[in-house]
Amino acid sequence: MFEHIAERFGSIFDRLRHGTKLSEDNIRDGLQEVRKALLEADVNVQVVRDFIAKVEAKAVGQQILQGVAPGQQVVQIVHDELITLMGEADATIPYAKHGPTVILMAGLQGSGKTTTCAKVARLLIEQGKRPLLVAADLQRPAAIEQLKVLGAQVGAPVFHEPGCKAPELCARGLARAELDNRDVVILDTAGRLHVDDALMTEVAEIHSRTKPHQTWLVLDAMTGQDAVVSAKAFNDRLPLDGVVVTKLDGDARGGAIVSMRAVTGKPIKFVGVGEKMDGLQPFFPDRYARRILGMGDILSFVEKAQGAVDEKQAKHIEERILKNKFDLADFQAQLQTITKMGSLKDLLGLIPGIGAKFSAVNIDETIFKKYQVIIGSMTKHERSRPDLIEMSRRRRIAMGSGTTTNDVSALLKHFDAMKKVMGKFGDIQEMAKKLPDQPELTPEQLANPGAFMPDPNALFRKPVDKDALKRYRQERKKKAKLKKANKR
Amino acid sequence: MFKAIGRLFTRVKEGLAKTRARIGGALRTLIGAGRAIDRQFLQQLEDTLLAADIGVAKTDEILAELKRSYRDGEVAKGEDLLAFLKKTLRDELAAEGSDLQRAASGPTVVLVVGVNGAGKTTTIAKLAKRLTGEGRTVLIGAGDTYRAAAIEQLAIWAERAGVELVKSHQGADAAAVAYDAVAAAEARGCDYVLIDTAGRLHNKEHLMRELEKLRRVIQKRIPSAPHETLLVLDGTAGQNAVQQAKVFKEAMGVTGLVVTKLDGTAKGGAAITVRRELGLPVKFIGVGEGMDDLQPFDPDAFIAAIFGDQE
Ligand SMILES: Nc1nc2c(ncn2[C@@H]2O[C@H](COP(=O)(O)OP(=O)(O)OP(=O)(O)O)[C@@H](O)[C@H]2O)c(=O)[nH]1
Ligand SMILES: Nc1nc2c(ncn2[C@@H]2O[C@H](COP(=O)(O)OP(=O)(O)O)[C@@H](O)[C@H]2O)c(=O)[nH]1
Ligand SMILES: [Mg+2]
Ligand SMILES: [Mg+2]
Repeated sequence: MFEHIAERFGSIFDRLRHGTKLSEDNIRDGLQEVRKALLEADVNVQVVRDFIAKVEAKAVGQQILQGVAPGQQVVQIVHDELITLMGEADATIPYAKHGPTVILMAGLQGSGKTTTCAKVARLLIEQGKRPLLVAADLQRPAAIEQLKVLGAQVGAPVFHEPGCKAPELCARGLARAELDNRDVVILDTAGRLHVDDALMTEVAEIHSRTKPHQTWLVLDAMTGQDAVVSAKAFNDRLPLDGVVVTKLDGDARGGAIVSMRAVTGKPIKFVGVGEKMDGLQPFFPDRYARRILGMGDILSFVEKAQGAVDEKQAKHIEERILKNKFDLADFQAQLQTITKMGSLKDLLGLIPGIGAKFSAVNIDETIFKKYQVIIGSMTKHERSRPDLIEMSRRRRIAMGSGTTTNDVSALLKHFDAMKKVMGKFGDIQEMAKKLPDQPELTPEQLANPGAFMPDPNALFRKPVDKDALKRYRQERKKKAKLKKANKR
Repeated sequence: MFKAIGRLFTRVKEGLAKTRARIGGALRTLIGAGRAIDRQFLQQLEDTLLAADIGVAKTDEILAELKRSYRDGEVAKGEDLLAFLKKTLRDELAAEGSDLQRAASGPTVVLVVGVNGAGKTTTIAKLAKRLTGEGRTVLIGAGDTYRAAAIEQLAIWAERAGVELVKSHQGADAAAVAYDAVAAAEARGCDYVLIDTAGRLHNKEHLMRELEKLRRVIQKRIPSAPHETLLVLDGTAGQNAVQQAKVFKEAMGVTGLVVTKLDGTAKGGAAITVRRELGLPVKFIGVGEGMDDLQPFDPDAFIAAIFGDQE
């Protein structure tokens, strides 16, 4: 999609000379593409309309800058305005001066409230807080049990008392927290539709009884146009303080994020990026601006790489490579790192401009797993001295790993080449070090993100072996000679 | 019995009325009697369609078609337009039929898949209720062994619906549970076995592979199974629903859709796009959290409700 926008602006502006002014006429087609991109990302229709008008107002009359393609100039405005619209990153939780801080989680059914409650508890515990979870969803079967399981996982106690209604239950939870010296109370409420009067009244009552310091709306990132309708309704009944957008580990472009801010005026506090308890992140508007415009999410890529790479281990392996001591045990550790990062295809999908191209390429990921199993069946000695693995050992290893001797041989044969490939893995680290600190992307980079990205192919490509062809030819000659000699 | 049906009908009407209130309301004010079709009118129409999550591509297509008809003199006024629009959308949803496939012999295996929180488990409960109401014997397999308390949730539903549940424990192999459920249904001579699965985002390849494995394992027991693979789509979902359907269809050979949460203000227009792009029929819609809140999909009612002329 983003390519479309850039293209549209590109082709229009190719015809314009520098120094020309941007006008309604010469940006119309390009803005039409922007509009489409935003709508396809599920940004609300009305919000899109206002947004385009704003961009147009900003752009029209601007001089086309020397050395910058005019299309890119407009794309930059679009990008900046989108970030402005989404507002500042604000993951702070203002704690109460006295007594426990109360956080109320509300939202539609299945949006991710319960999961988010537990994730937030985990985060708070990490920060040295003592949260109490209150299970106040009396609607969904086993909702209480669900929170109890998750609470146990993150080490937060869960309060529930059968027999009372949700507002009363929450009030009692609060009392219990004070008694138990808990400093944060997180209220998990039932999912409800904004048109369900009875349930909306219930949550308003929970609010008035517990006076939460923070009330968050939990929203599924896949939500379409209805997001603003429900958010508005919730905001009318409950004074919201922020929004949590979940399931952003999916491939929804998440346009609802933009609409949220525009409609409620409340900041996005956190984003949910996984089913597991560590899948909660602060919100970075610039990152999602790119995603919503279809420009990929490069920072997520970097972060994933960072998360998977154990610095100490990486350094250790780097040294081994430098000293040419890299062995199969190191190789296995590397393979584990790669597997930990998730599907390569998914990862590549996060890189702007590359994801689409890559979806056609088939990367055989099963081979990484197979290699791991094979190495797993080797002795320590074999791992450090792969050159010693002759046929009988290969047979034993194949047997132990449920593979064939061919597989083992293939692994060994690839090992040397892979060594170098894995060496390239350092590139990602380099990237990780550099990228987050980079200042704002230049319009150039924005319009052509692929250009400043390292070639991901290079990470996984086998290095070209220049001598191989020579060796092969020599080999063939030798064989031909031998054949001739045998014939005689 | 009649009372129950009556109540059901009211509920659906109520749910759809909310739907109608928005899109229908907007359109009605738009279509004053004899209102000529001009730029502003088209703009409002476009907004209305987009707000229903019908998507940019489909909306553009409808508008282009509309403009053509206008030029050809087929459509001249707002009223004609409504008929035209209805027909266009109705054609998209032609001849659905929400009957579930039946196995030639032995239990019919229905696999229920979808992204997190879409409404799979609740839909299974609703289906169980519906099928037992028709005099069928039903067994449920607790194939979500991943999410916290997913098994407990389904166990409560199975009890409420009065059907047998085959389950294991959290963390167990989902494929093994599914296999056991199918085997149990065969042994007991059940008509249907409904298999719940853990919610998963379609872009997680390993989770999709896991689902494929589950299907293969079921097929070891009944080669023709699953006879029906239902993708549950959240009715509030936007354009991502299309991508979901694409990937799930490719991996699992989805045979039909269930669109949930249509008791809110969302119009479920994305389902129309899914139908159009992937040819997947909508079999049922969910209109509430209770076991009775499942409706066979009726394209006429769906469209009538969208345009708000079902008084
Ligand atoms: N209003 C309304 N709520 C629904 C409908 N269908 C399901 N729900 C609710 O949506 C929430 C999620 O439903 P589940 O059936 O647990 O969804 P699921 O797809 O099994 O979820 P996971 O297993 O967690 O991925 C629950 O709170 C349900 O009560 C519907 O048609 N209307
Ligand atoms: N992939 C993914 N799944 C999530 C995320 N947050 C919640 N979920 C899943 O979405 C489903 C519904 O979440 P739940 O917390 O039960 O929603 P609630 O009904 O609002 O309490 C569950 O299957 C969760 O595991 C997220 O950020 N990413
Ligand atoms: Mg919940
Ligand atoms: Mg479920």
